[in-house]
Amino acid sequence: MKRAAFGHIGFPILLLLPQLVIIAIFFYWPAAYAVQSSFYAQDMFGFTSTFVGAENYTRLIDSTNYINALNFTVIFTVLVTFFSLGIALLLAVKADKVIRGAKTYRTLLMWVYAIAPPVAGLIGVMLFDQSRGNITQLLAFFGYEYRLGVNYWDTASAMIVVSVWKQIPVNFIFFLSGLQAIPQSVREAAMIDNRSGTSRFWDITFPLLAPTGFFLLIINITYSLFDTFGIIDTIVKGEPGNNPLTLVYRVYVDGFRGGDLGGSSAQSVVLMVLVLILTIVQFRFLERRIHYT
Amino acid sequence: MTLKTTLSLGLAAGLMVGGAAQAQTEIEFWHAMGGQLGETVNQLVADFNASQSDYVLTPVFKGTYEETLTAAIAAFRAGEQPNIVQVFDAGAATVIGAQGATIPVQQLLSENGVEFDIEDYIAGVRYFYADSDGQMIGMPFNSSTPILYYNADALEAAGVEPPTTWEEFAEVTGPALLESGIAPLAQSHLPWIFTENFFSRHNLQFASNNNGYDGTDTEIMVNHPAIRAHFQALADWQEAGLFNWYGTGWGDNQNPFEAGEVAMWLGSSGSFGGIADRVDFNFSATMLPYWEGVTTEPTQTFIGGAALFAMSGFDAEENAATAAFFDYLDSVDAQVMWHTETGYVPITTAAYAAAGEQGHYEAFPAAEVGIQQLSLPAGDYTRGYRMGFYVQIRDVMNREYSRILTGEATVDEAFEIIEAEANDLLERFAQTQG
Repeated sequence: MKRAAFGHIGFPILLLLPQLVIIAIFFYWPAAYAVQSSFYAQDMFGFTSTFVGAENYTRLIDSTNYINALNFTVIFTVLVTFFSLGIALLLAVKADKVIRGAKTYRTLLMWVYAIAPPVAGLIGVMLFDQSRGNITQLLAFFGYEYRLGVNYWDTASAMIVVSVWKQIPVNFIFFLSGLQAIPQSVREAAMIDNRSGTSRFWDITFPLLAPTGFFLLIINITYSLFDTFGIIDTIVKGEPGNNPLTLVYRVYVDGFRGGDLGGSSAQSVVLMVLVLILTIVQFRFLERRIHYT
Repeated sequence: MTLKTTLSLGLAAGLMVGGAAQAQTEIEFWHAMGGQLGETVNQLVADFNASQSDYVLTPVFKGTYEETLTAAIAAFRAGEQPNIVQVFDAGAATVIGAQGATIPVQQLLSENGVEFDIEDYIAGVRYFYADSDGQMIGMPFNSSTPILYYNADALEAAGVEPPTTWEEFAEVTGPALLESGIAPLAQSHLPWIFTENFFSRHNLQFASNNNGYDGTDTEIMVNHPAIRAHFQALADWQEAGLFNWYGTGWGDNQNPFEAGEVAMWLGSSGSFGGIADRVDFNFSATMLPYWEGVTTEPTQTFIGGAALFAMSGFDAEENAATAAFFDYLDSVDAQVMWHTETGYVPITTAAYAAAGEQGHYEAFPAAEVGIQQLSLPAGDYTRGYRMGFYVQIRDVMNREYSRILTGEATVDEAFEIIEAEANDLLERFAQTQG
């Protein structure tokens, strides 16, 4: 690359400035503020603020309730990511082979993407409702009494199913375009070498899809951790009770609903650090094994 | 629809200011009343605006109670607060604790030449939103109290009367209803109905410092043998099919009653209007049952719902406008309209009498039950409670009560956890108050 493109250092900085300002205002400033307020006990109106050291953090470690939310978040994230990637990949591979009516078929599969998370949650609530839900009635037919909002794992499974359903189309679009980017010549060559469709998929198609898959993995983990907020909020109807909660939802419950700004800030700092670690791990260890063409 | 109405009201207000006198003072009112209730609030405000020409009030719907409170506090910190904000019972400690954020309503009214006598208000309404000296800080707005609704047809079929005590329910009413093939009982809010008002109904102390009114170094006294026995009874009744629990959501528990699957339901006196619109069976209501084994002289319950707070930081003219609205709100006409439209109780004795004279209670006897219950003899611990971080304390209760009713925890375990976590939250709240 030619370094002489800019005569003066000021010009590139000027070009970068809008982006830097946006990041500073919407990310660094609030993040720094969260770190600061996580060391204080503050009244909601901002009249008084007492320095409490690391107390907001030690309370989290001691709280079985917080540890439960942490465990649930891990289980939730793993399941949602696994199933939404797995099902989307299966659908994409199958859709890739469809020749007649391919466009209609693909459009139908992508449709769900247009649904906002709270709406998806609301549809979930209607399907899983204790007395009127279709799925509840179906399960009752098979002899299982499904109770949303009463049984912990019943509620959890509704959250997982709706979150997976909502995320499949995004993954589907990316996987499908990833599949279509694989050159026809490579496929034909593989076809000569190996007659088994399954092993052709694992030996040729899957590694070639890996960059897409890796990108989607990060997107899906972030989705499970953060973007499922609307779904969870609708399913628990704003009443946490004994329902499963993810870490992000707890930040909201304690901070916005309960007015505990310090405790809530400490939770968001913990979450920030967790995501940071996760991202570093992913890029350091996973990305090395992926080959971009 | 609410948004549309709000917009058009706002627009109308704007036009009025533009066209008519410039001397009109505009003030804003943030509330949490959606749907049908929101329409009634808009009507109330429109009536106020039409009743005089000096002030124009604009109502703004801000979402749930929690969202409204959070929005108002955020706005206050940015210096953009509304003149009036609606704050719910569990958020009262936060707002009242923040001295300087609001103007006590009693002070506001007397400064603006409005006569104020706390004795004008119905007994159970007077002191919930007051400070430790009994000065009213927030103006009670939508006030309700927990009562027992019953499906009169189902009770008649089973040959029983609505119970006045829990003993009667356990021995007579419940088994008879179960026998007749209908689930006997459900309720919609365990912390409010079976905890806060349980303590009030039996005149038991709920928290130290005079239920929390006299200071912030308060300890909750929820781990009381009487309430532990009550929850043990609930768990046993659930086992025997006498009591059904459908989770923490309010509506999830109310729906089976309206569908005729449950014969009796404990809910808010403010639920009256909605039930009357939706059910096709004969229903009525009676007072919250009590345990004869705990007390033979049951006392009043206190109000739930929300109050209006006048926020500080405005000039005298805008405060005068707020006072004028509060004065209007206290008037017999406004109270009767609000009471008969929504089912919330009237807050003044004059309005109660007027509604009676209009024959409202002859037509709807159930509409009077809440007021009668609020007017029962008071006790030392019946004025209410004042505890910080109370929204979270209620969340802890809901979580632990769920664990009792799903068999994950015993009553003793659950109450120990509630006591410990609630006291921890109270201690933290005291810290935030400096």
